[in-house]
This record gives sequence, structure tokens and C-alpha cells, in this order.
Amino acid sequence: MKNLIILGAGTAGTMMANHLVKKLPKKDWKITIIDQYKTHYYQPGFLFLPFDIYTENQVKKDGKKFIPKDVNYVQKLIELINPDANTIQLEDDEMLPYDILVVATGSKTAPEEIDGMSGPDWYKTIFDFYTYEGAKALRDKLRDWKGGKLVVHITEMPIKCPVAPLEFAFLADSYFRKKGMRDKVDITYVTPLSGAFTKPKATKALHHLLEEKDIKEVVDFNIERVDYKNNKIVDYADVEVEYDLLVTVPTNMGDELIERSGLGDELNFIPTHKTTLQSKNHENIFVIGDATNLPTSKAGSVAHFEAEILEENILRYIEGKPLKEDFDGHANCFVETGNNKALLIDFNYDHEPVEGKFPFQGIGPMSLLKENRMNHWGKLAFRWIYWNMLLKGIPIPFVPSKMSLKGKNFE
Amino acid sequence: MKKLIANREIDVNEEGYLIDFKQWDREVCECIAGECNVVMTEKHWEVIEYLQDKHRKEEPLSIRGIKRSGVINIKEFYNLFPGGPLKKSTLIAGIPKPKSCI
Repeated sequence: MKNLIILGAGTAGTMMANHLVKKLPKKDWKITIIDQYKTHYYQPGFLFLPFDIYTENQVKKDGKKFIPKDVNYVQKLIELINPDANTIQLEDDEMLPYDILVVATGSKTAPEEIDGMSGPDWYKTIFDFYTYEGAKALRDKLRDWKGGKLVVHITEMPIKCPVAPLEFAFLADSYFRKKGMRDKVDITYVTPLSGAFTKPKATKALHHLLEEKDIKEVVDFNIERVDYKNNKIVDYADVEVEYDLLVTVPTNMGDELIERSGLGDELNFIPTHKTTLQSKNHENIFVIGDATNLPTSKAGSVAHFEAEILEENILRYIEGKPLKEDFDGHANCFVETGNNKALLIDFNYDHEPVEGKFPFQGIGPMSLLKENRMNHWGKLAFRWIYWNMLLKGIPIPFVPSKMSLKGKNFE
Repeated sequence: MKKLIANREIDVNEEGYLIDFKQWDREVCECIAGECNVVMTEKHWEVIEYLQDKHRKEEPLSIRGIKRSGVINIKEFYNLFPGGPLKKSTLIAGIPKPKSCI
């Protein structure tokens, strides 16, 4: 009997368990998935929680429901990966041997990386919305906030779901308009990049949204510290931005397990072959989802496309065949723009998001890089698709794992 | 689009970043640096080489990376490339600027 172990039962790990259980013969392979946490969160929902668009129960479920019954589900803390001995050490010093390892330990926020961020004002005037706790605390804060300077801030790249902070700013504009207090709120978007939009075609098509919604931009801002005593963030060039309410996206890092095991880069992300998803240093270790260091977005759609390709590559690896270099960095993301409208973007390693129709050339019904209501309904429908199709490894109709060039206006 | 840099036709994008790194050399580099009011010193070259090495390995560029590079500290980095140091230094190094997905 051989062992395949999946570390992490989040979006990517759960999908891989569902994919592989159907393909690996039960008499030869035992599949184990390990995750210390019992709750599976619908992370895209964290964007909606602060604005009372989603309730708590819409963004979390018992993780066990999504793990196939033929997969051995271990709910323990993972102490160490021993890549040379091919073993996993658990919290109680139990050792599990593996023949193949799939690392899907994701990424998480690390507010302690910036001086003053997670200090005494954390969840008082400084919030994140990338965690369940943060999104919920922020919701409670916003419910009776009287207005002032709202600063939406990105600490450093890469972050999970890079468009989420922008969506947050757009939804905040709608939220305060609806409450009849938009004139009391000043919204500023602060980014370490050269703009809220960084790609030429998206900038051209979308920059007007910031002006329409009266969202100010502070760019090239590399935060050094939060001066929480004086309510301002300070960057390395001594530029200061004052806030009454700071909604920040802290540094995103891979799990500490990766650091403990000596497998990661400076942010604990694992060096991974960008087209095959095999780890660069160990041929029987594969990496999927946010845990990789791949130059594409850290997003659920990416994990979904990767899962289809990784399933095939694991089967090829077992058969001793060369791996397929099929992953193209494909991502497909809805971007909420407020007022019940959204954009849709579809892109990969080589092609930036452009305008066009999706998924059917000339027909749609979705429009790329343009805001409309159809895209918004698509985003809301996605929650159902996530729980009922994506996690179970069911392919989404008409959306292949490799990006299609059809229906897109590249010129 | 094409831009005349160091008396050569170089392919650049709308923001002046080189599209083909093979067209980059020290002469092109000094020319772009001049346009940014940066006079190249030994330290500048060291940083440029570090950035190009990260780019070759497809590792993301960040201020944190600079901090841990062992090449330079962040204050010096701002002094060498005043105003948006990552944006300027990548332009001069002939590599893409750090960006998001849109």
C-alpha cells in the first residue's frame, strides 16, 4: 500500500482530495488529508461580511462535509515535513510516511510584520478583512461608525485575491451612499504599487471608477510602521497618511510549517515549477494554491484550474511518464464595483485582462473588463458553485483550465 | 512601441518599460537612468544586478526583498532611486515593474 498525503483542507487541498479519490486505485493507494481546523471558510465571502451583504453562516461550513469518505481525514497540527525521510510529523510526534506529498497549506495574514499594526488598536481602529474574525469585527465597527477618514491599504505584494482591497473600497462607497452618509466619509486607497490599477488596458478601462466614486489614490507607498498613537501610517519615504479607520491587508505569508521545514522562500512560499506544479527541490512533492510562489494570482479560481492539471500530473508521475507543462497561470475573477455591478477578468501568465465576452465569443453572457449587473449576479452565484461544484472537483462548464484566447479583444 | 535610447530603437511599453530584456545593456541603462535624473554609481549597479537576478528567477520584487537582500537597506534604496524606488529601479534595470493582476 502506498501513501499520498495532502497537507491542508482549504480550497485547494479539498479539491485535490476529491479529484484523486476518483482516480487512484483504492487497493494500491491510501489518501490522507491533514488540517488542524474544523471549519471550512468561503474566503471570497469575507469581502461581503463587513457590509452586511453576507451573514456569518453563509461563509462557513463544517470542513468534514467536503472530504470524501474514502479519504483519511486527520485533524491535527502538522509539526514538520521531513522531505528527506518522506515523512510528516504531527503534533503528538506521530509519523506518517508518504510516497507523494501535496502541499496545500495556503497563505495567511501576518499583521505582526509591521510595527504598530497589530498593537492596542487592532480591531478597534485598525482592521483586516482577510480573516473571518477581522471581517466580522469590521462589520460591527461599520454598523455604527460615524464617518471620517477611511483608509484602505495594502501592506506589500503578493497578496491573496489582489483585487479584493479595490473591491472593498468600491463596496464601501456604495455602503455609505446607501446609509446616506457618503459626505461624511473620505475614502483613500493606499498601495505599494504604482496605482490602484497597474496594467495598461485595465487602467484605461477602469480608472474612471475611482473618480466616479471619489476614491483618492496614494501610490508607491511602502509602509514602514503604523503610528497608532497619532492615527497615521508612515512609509519609508516619510510620507504619512492619516486615518480614522484603517482597513489594511497585512503581509501575506505561507504557513509557519513551511518555514519550520525549511521549504519556503522569504515569505514561506514554496518554489514551484510554474507549468507542472512539482516543487523545485523534491520530485515527489507537489504544491497547489496559495502555498506556491508562482507568478500568478493567489485565488480560488487559480487553485481550481491547477487542480485539474495537478491531478493529471500526479497520475503521470506514478506511471513514470513526463509531467505535462500545462498550467498557464489561468485566473478568472469577478470584481465587485458596488451598486450591484461587477467586472469579470480572465488572464494568465502571458495575457493581461482585456475587454471581450465570456465564456462564449461574441455572446457572453458575461462581459470582460466592463462593469454590469450580469457579472455581479455571476459573483453571487459563485458561492453556490463553490460549495456545490468547485470543492467537489466538478469542472465548471465552458471554463477550461487553460485560458482561451477566443472572445477577447487583444488590440 | 519603439523608443530611441542610446541611439538605438528599443521596444518599450506605454510606460517606457523594456519589453525585451535582450535589448538591455549598460549603455541603454545609463541612458534611461539619465532620463530619471539618476547618475549610476557602483552601488546602483549592484542593486540593478540584484533586481535582474530576482527577475530571472521569477521571484517577486518587494521592499521586504530589498531589506533582506544584503545588498542595500531601504533608506539607501530610496536615496539611490528617489521617488518610487522600485518603479524607477526596475525601469532602469530593463525589467517589468511590480504589478497586480489588473
